[in-house]
Amino acid sequence: MSKFLKVTLVSALIAALLAAAGVASAQSTAYPGVGRPATPKEVAAWDIDVRPDFKGLPAGSGSVAQGQDLWEAKCAHCHGVFGESNEVFSPLIGGTTNEDIKTGNVANLKRADFPGRTTIMKVATVSTLWDYINRAMPWTAPKSLKPDEVYAVTAYLLSLANVVPEDFVLSNKNIAEVQKRMPNRNGMTTQHFMWAGKEFKGTNKPDTANVACMKDCVPEAKVASILPDYARNAHGNLADQNRLVGQQHGANTAVPENKAAPVGGTTTPAAKPAAKVVDPALALLNKHTCTACHAQSTKVVGPSFNDIAKKYPGKAEYLAGKIKSGGSGVWGAIPMPAQTAPDADIKTIANWLAAGAAK
Amino acid sequence: MEGLSVKTPDGIQSGRVQKAPENFLDRDGISTVIAESKAGRRNFIRSAFAAAAAGAAAPMALAQGNPVPTEGGDPNILNLPEHATGLGQGVAANNGYGVPSKFESNVQRRQSPGLTQTTQASVSFAPLQSLFGIVTPSGLHFERHHQGWWDIDPSKHRFMINGMVKTPKVFTMDEIMRLPSVSRFHFIECGANTAVEWGNVAVPTVQYTHGMVSCSEFTGVPLITLLEIAGADFKNAKFILAEGGDGSSMTRTIPMSLILSGEVLVAYGQNGEMLRPENGYPLRLIVPGIQGVSWVKYLRRIEVGDMPYAAKDEAVHYMDLMPDGQHRQYTNIQECKSVVTTPSGGQVLLDKGFYNITGLAWSGRGKVAKVDVSVDGGRNWRQARLETPVLSKALTRFNIDWVWDGKPAIIQSRATDETGFVQPTYKHLRAARGTRSIYHNNAIQSWLVQENGEVKNVQVS
Repeated sequence: MSKFLKVTLVSALIAALLAAAGVASAQSTAYPGVGRPATPKEVAAWDIDVRPDFKGLPAGSGSVAQGQDLWEAKCAHCHGVFGESNEVFSPLIGGTTNEDIKTGNVANLKRADFPGRTTIMKVATVSTLWDYINRAMPWTAPKSLKPDEVYAVTAYLLSLANVVPEDFVLSNKNIAEVQKRMPNRNGMTTQHFMWAGKEFKGTNKPDTANVACMKDCVPEAKVASILPDYARNAHGNLADQNRLVGQQHGANTAVPENKAAPVGGTTTPAAKPAAKVVDPALALLNKHTCTACHAQSTKVVGPSFNDIAKKYPGKAEYLAGKIKSGGSGVWGAIPMPAQTAPDADIKTIANWLAAGAAK
Repeated sequence: MEGLSVKTPDGIQSGRVQKAPENFLDRDGISTVIAESKAGRRNFIRSAFAAAAAGAAAPMALAQGNPVPTEGGDPNILNLPEHATGLGQGVAANNGYGVPSKFESNVQRRQSPGLTQTTQASVSFAPLQSLFGIVTPSGLHFERHHQGWWDIDPSKHRFMINGMVKTPKVFTMDEIMRLPSVSRFHFIECGANTAVEWGNVAVPTVQYTHGMVSCSEFTGVPLITLLEIAGADFKNAKFILAEGGDGSSMTRTIPMSLILSGEVLVAYGQNGEMLRPENGYPLRLIVPGIQGVSWVKYLRRIEVGDMPYAAKDEAVHYMDLMPDGQHRQYTNIQECKSVVTTPSGGQVLLDKGFYNITGLAWSGRGKVAKVDVSVDGGRNWRQARLETPVLSKALTRFNIDWVWDGKPAIIQSRATDETGFVQPTYKHLRAARGTRSIYHNNAIQSWLVQENGEVKNVQVS
């Protein structure tokens, strides 16, 4: 190869490399044609978060009394009238004292024997309550509350824990004062090694320090905890939860354990049941979030579909009316809110219930 | 079980066994579960079992798992089956999307009975006991929803960046998918994985103890690329807020340092196809090494800021209660952990002889460096084989040979990550954090193999 050709080739190569580098650096700073500026209106529609320093909090106000009315209409059927909850969701209120409001540390959190931890026992920042109620509540209709309503509901909750008095009106102007009364406001620490970054200046090493010992490491192992026999089948038959073949099979927990006998054997797989015709009501139950409070065969917040079907066979018209109006007292004290689903959908659901609620 | 004594490998009685009151279904709860199961298909399979047990009891007692029948040959060999003598099915069945064999119907994600009262704010666990390698099939990936899942029209989904940026931006899915993409394997683990076991044994199988971990190959765009497009103020910004577009509009604070590393992705792909709706279709955040609640699904917005946000799931939940009553807030990393997936609780060893002990190890701080396995409850350990690939912040599969002599054994695995951190025992963990911190339980798991071959979930002292 001539010297001239070599030089030419090398120059060409360098030029090509430079060109490639140029393109690459241009691309790393700009991807023309990808993304567009968000309009102020768009940002306002989505930028709803509220920080602990109340950046993002809209102006407004709401009283404890207004909050109580809203609470009983929209929140109590899951959280209980006094935030004490029922069997569906963990309690929100309880476990804090006036002394905690003074110290900013919830004393009951130190007690290993204290049953359960409510939201108000844990939360340090009042902004968290406002932000979450605003973005995600009520559970089946999130983002439906207006700012004044969020203030009111937050005020009602705080009044249940004595953080604010019963005649209080919470607003963007006094919420910073309320923060100073949060029962667990001093209950948080970031002095740990569990945050993947240096932003909180936590500790530099893990809080456990096991060593990879290989021989004669511990005295003989003793079993300290094991499930009781009566619970062996509590998660269903474990034989049905393992593959039919493999080095181990699932234990047949539907029959008592034979502690002595050797084991083994395989079973023929269960044949797939034939496809069933699905009632259109089943899809509507999901669509209209009936299943948030009702299940097929067990009581959740409200009665099971099976129980309703058993009680009102053939009474489609009555059931349709009940779904529309809501009510309480028939199945217990927890009220069912009035439903706004289209009449045709309510009729389909009522017919399905009246016909036996077959799944 | 009151007063039951369990023999250790040395044959010494362990004495009284502690009952399991915490996080555990009471008798009423259990009868509800059993009543429900009677209505379902379990009953059918149960009767199938009874029939099988009555009809074919003989082979069980034999030492050889695959004996020669008295007629001189296995009928499965001697009599040609239908699939060897007939015509099979055509292509593109099942509407063009293949499904697992009908014989695999036991391999399902499952809810833990009694854990939650609704299905929309709930969790389903991945069947780790039945999985191979490191990839979780997308349909078996664990689920955690706070307010139900949605199947969102991707042509209408928008992604916004605002806050401390030069220009707030919006992107369509078309635009995000035009950008240079990367594909990476990562594990995702719920911060509450293994939570019910902090105080004592509460659930029977690895599906329920560890099934809130999964691993996929995710495809997407590094978040830093999108932040650069918006002109983020990298000098002053310290945190971002990630927000979902569903009813819960889940929010979480993510450290900027992690985003600058290029690891955090805005992903649309999972195991070669789009994300599954239950996993955030069409867009979710991938935050390697960090607990699953930060991997915001249905991702609609990133806000760049200079303060942490104290969102509900970092100011009420996903905080670790310490014995002194303080909560560790902003705990997001999943420390090094491992578990033997087979043999594991609820399984039965078919006979004495050779077994391959296999399991999974992972670390939120990087690669798994080694895994040791003990079959005597942690007294002696042998190093297991790590199968390739061994990737940072991904599940790593380990295997080790074992010949079971038919005596009781307690199987454990113990992972060490590339930082030198060794997975703790329950003793270590409880000494540091007590038993009430719910989240981030990465203790060494113990499985007791009984003489009858049945494997039980246990904790050792």
